[in-house]
Amino acid sequence: MDQMSNVTHKYLRPKKSFPNVWCPGCGIGIAMGAMIRAIDGLGLDKNQVAVVSGIGCTARIPVYLDFNTLHTTHGRPLAFATGVKLANPKMKVIVVSGDGDLLAIGGNHFIHAARRNMDITCILVNNYIYGMTGGQYSPTTPFKKLSSTGPYGMIEQSFDPAELARTAGATFVARGTVFHASQLSRLMSQAINRHGFSFVEVISNCHTQYGRLNREGSAVKMIQWQKDHAVPVSVAAKKTPEELEDKFITGVLYEQEKPGYVEEYQKIIDRFSRESTESMVRVTES
Amino acid sequence: MADIEQASEKKSWKKRTDPVVIYKKWCKACSICIEMCPKQVFDTDRDGFPVVTRGMDCTQCSICWIHCPEFAITSNEK
Ligand SMILES: Cc1ncc(C[n+]2csc(CCOP(=O)(O)OP(=O)(O)O)c2C)c(N)n1
Ligand code: SF4
Ligand code: SF4
Ligand code: SF4
Repeated sequence: MDQMSNVTHKYLRPKKSFPNVWCPGCGIGIAMGAMIRAIDGLGLDKNQVAVVSGIGCTARIPVYLDFNTLHTTHGRPLAFATGVKLANPKMKVIVVSGDGDLLAIGGNHFIHAARRNMDITCILVNNYIYGMTGGQYSPTTPFKKLSSTGPYGMIEQSFDPAELARTAGATFVARGTVFHASQLSRLMSQAINRHGFSFVEVISNCHTQYGRLNREGSAVKMIQWQKDHAVPVSVAAKKTPEELEDKFITGVLYEQEKPGYVEEYQKIIDRFSRESTESMVRVTES
Repeated sequence: MADIEQASEKKSWKKRTDPVVIYKKWCKACSICIEMCPKQVFDTDRDGFPVVTRGMDCTQCSICWIHCPEFAITSNEK
């Protein structure tokens, strides 16, 4: 992966809105940097990349990026991205949004985009909470953890986004953290470089809401926590479930080839355009 | 007068050879770079901003700039 220090600057819209809106130390900026390095490393043309988001702190990412960008409505980035992809199948379409956006209000779009194996890269920045709106619990807030709408602790079970993506039909599922920023870039690069619904979950820190409510400390402390709780796939295979209890597994979790919606749709278009030219030829010949 | 000239010359020399440069307008003093640098290249100034004080120890490992959420760190060598 290209580790050039200022490579990110080529892809920013610096005049527009810097410094960015995020709290000092928020991991979203690190995830965004990893994403830029992944795109740069693949040598993609800026005009052939579309970055789509919904609403939330994470969803601010496209605002700063010099690609084709769409900052859409809450929960709907995958629906917009599907439209972009079908209208322009050559475009690399990347959705980046938060756990609330993609899994709460956008949960249905999420499972169906995965089920269709829609040719989209979906990056979910999981900070376990609704950051932007004041720390309400999200579908990924862990059991017993505090949030502003769950002041006695979360009593609901949470989604495991990667597992949800896999069972819904995603053909590539990976998990990284903002602590492991270069690995994260590599995972994103793999996801962007393939066909089908490719999902990357990014464990990030919201120290302002989640961290403050759960006394998990500063941004630096929360990022260090990721280092201590991440277990690479190869290591996890040798561990017992007890040893993995408060840990999460990182790396490529699942990969499979399956026909995708975009190519199947193209086949139908090709078939009918062939049949219609053939029938036109018949008409003119007779 | 000569002193000042010398000092500023020294300062600009130091600036040119700092292995990494912080763009202060974008930096939010989150201290991620300060804490994560394996070579303790940075110190913290009074306002919490990073300053390069042990530039000669820098190995250009990239940890600081890939973790800066503000894109505020640029390497002078890469
Ligand atoms: C239809 C609609 N409902 C609710 C909101 C309020 N709202 C804005 S962002 C957000 C949740 C953001 O959480 P998440 O997606 O986890 O992003 P984060 O801020 O944590 O990155 C909510 C509920 C809205 N903007 N639109
Ligand atoms: S509220 Fe949380 S997620 Fe939003 S910018 Fe601040 S730290 Fe980041
Ligand atoms: S490149 Fe590495 S050694 Fe040099 S300042 Fe950054 S983190 Fe420290
Ligand atoms: S990581 Fe970036 S924003 Fe944070 S203190 Fe260092 S230079 Fe400033």
